[in-house]
Amino acid sequence: MTSTAVATERGATEREETKKASSLRMFAQPIVVVVLVVGVLVWAFTRDLDAIEKQSINAPVLLDAVWDHLVISFVVTALVLIIAVPLGIVLTRQWARASAPVFLAIATIGQASPAIGILVLFFLVSGWEGLWAAALPITFYTLLPVLRNTMVGLQQVDPALVDAGRGIGMSAFAVLRRIEIPLAVPLILAGLRTALVHAVGVATMAVFVNGGGLGLLIDTGYKLSRITVLITGSVLAVALALLVDWLGTVAEQYLGPKGIR
Amino acid sequence: MASEIQLTDVTKRYGRRKPAVDNFSMTIPAGEIVVFVGPSGCGKTTTMRMINRLIEPTSGTITIGGEDTSTLDPDKLRRTIGYAIQQAGLFPHMTVAQNIGVVPGLLGWDRKKIADRVEEMLDTVGLDAAEFHDRFPRQLSGGQQQRVGVARALAADPPVLLMDEPFGAVDPITRGNLQDELMRLQGELRKTIVFVTHDFDEAVKLGDRIAVLGEQSKILQYDTPDVILANPADDTVAGFVGAGASLKQLTLRRVRDVELVQPEVIVSTQDEPDEIRRRLTDAGRSYALMLDARRRPVAWVHVREPRVRRPIRDMVAAESTVQDALEAILTEGGNAVVTGARGEFKGLVEIDTVMAVIRDLRETV
Ligand SMILES: Nc1ncnc2c1ncn2[C@@H]1O[C@H](COP(=O)(O)OP(=O)(O)OP(=O)(O)O)[C@@H](O)[C@H]1O
Ligand SMILES: [Mg+2]
Repeated sequence: MTSTAVATERGATEREETKKASSLRMFAQPIVVVVLVVGVLVWAFTRDLDAIEKQSINAPVLLDAVWDHLVISFVVTALVLIIAVPLGIVLTRQWARASAPVFLAIATIGQASPAIGILVLFFLVSGWEGLWAAALPITFYTLLPVLRNTMVGLQQVDPALVDAGRGIGMSAFAVLRRIEIPLAVPLILAGLRTALVHAVGVATMAVFVNGGGLGLLIDTGYKLSRITVLITGSVLAVALALLVDWLGTVAEQYLGPKGIR
Repeated sequence: MASEIQLTDVTKRYGRRKPAVDNFSMTIPAGEIVVFVGPSGCGKTTTMRMINRLIEPTSGTITIGGEDTSTLDPDKLRRTIGYAIQQAGLFPHMTVAQNIGVVPGLLGWDRKKIADRVEEMLDTVGLDAAEFHDRFPRQLSGGQQQRVGVARALAADPPVLLMDEPFGAVDPITRGNLQDELMRLQGELRKTIVFVTHDFDEAVKLGDRIAVLGEQSKILQYDTPDVILANPADDTVAGFVGAGASLKQLTLRRVRDVELVQPEVIVSTQDEPDEIRRRLTDAGRSYALMLDARRRPVAWVHVREPRVRRPIRDMVAAESTVQDALEAILTEGGNAVVTGARGEFKGLVEIDTVMAVIRDLRETV
């Protein structure tokens, strides 16, 4: 047997394995999330809680924190989509291509700087507090993956397809809408999933600008040395990130264009 | 329905370099296939793409059916010009039916009309509608993709069709079949077709006229294949025509134009081996042709081993060229089996018939 034959065979088994791994993940990840959430809640609620702990470990406060966290993440996602996808589309058009490096550099700075720094800087400059004071800087922080993936996704569309589209009489806009964007969707979604997971993580810092969220529990637990509160907040944040990551994977599976799956 | 295309003093310049197409003038008659052949980079694609304004000429005018294309909206213009390219360029996220229905959709046809047209086009290019309708392009072979590409180009019944090396990426046998198919289609549709290729044999086979192009799309010779083969305008063209010009002329004669002979013994798949042997012995022949219930050729059978069916590896159609028949004869030995539109047996082309065609061609040159 030749070495190429061995190589292709190995390639095939590897692909099989990643396939198996991903289907295992599709199945196991939500179970892990449920186990984590149920586990930490049962553990926290069945412990002897002192008065201070009881102020944090109760259903209304926890639900509030999770809700705030979700709202921040959702707003960030919406903003990222509204900003990064159109920006990525514009930057891949012939007439704007030259300015792409500038925007990519800005987005890279956004992601490379520490999230807490951006959050605090934004607070100092704007003087805002609450949801928007958290959501806007986090959006800036998580813009890059979606922007970059939108651009790469559009750039990797075979130019022959764009040519064929124009050649049979589609307008430039129709080619974008009916060919380029659908073919870029898998990469855009992958970028969005990364961005979302980032956003859920960074949203724990919203507490520093009075944005609420699970960071509140972590912060309280740390400052008041209440380990139960700290752990509950952290585990819930981890579970939320895993859940969002899973939802993203599911979306990628079902929203991508059919013919190329 | 077809339109004449006229290019007058058309030049395309990319930047400051010497023009890619320099002062090109040509009349492409309505309802004919004109093939552009020439070396890589000589400007075939550029010239062709100026016709549907995918590339805007730097100067000069192009008219289709008498109408100056520069006065039309480019997107609307392109909906009236079929466009087929190498690798088919099918949209991978759309089904076969959706791909074919794109242009009718752009033209605002209603759903029912589009659906009917898609079925009709699949049938036209020889694909079973029920089987292929909902497939995605990656579920098709290269040849099938090309067929769908041609169906898409023809879906809105455009008077003009532009084809840029449409069969460049498929294997020689499939390419031969696709060429036959295109000839058959053109026999019915009579479009004005501009066809670009590297392959001179393809040009001879398909073209009503051939334009041999040189650097900067200079027209070295523009004439019918017979004339180019018989009298190449200069050494460059002669180089393109290559050796064996009179053999190449075999691609100018169709199987339907030559005399077919019927084999002496035709048997059916139901016949007993003993019966086959007896009939062959009575006729004094060694081989019988075996047809199935629908009269499609199945195999040759020899008198000494009437049980053994020797499969026919290469058959030709009435639209095939005598060149194809010669190749089949060389593969099969003795003669080539000719089939009709539904695969039914028509007759045989014998080597003597081919020799007669060659002698005839030599004399007329
Ligand atoms: N967009 C472009 N910008 C600059 N030069 C180009 C462009 N497109 C084509 N050219 C040049 O124009 C010339 C003609 O190209 P064209 O694609 O028409 O050749 P062709 O005959 O179709 O070649 P092939 O047989 O390889 O497809 C070539 O020298 C090519 O490099
Ligand atoms: Mg070309």
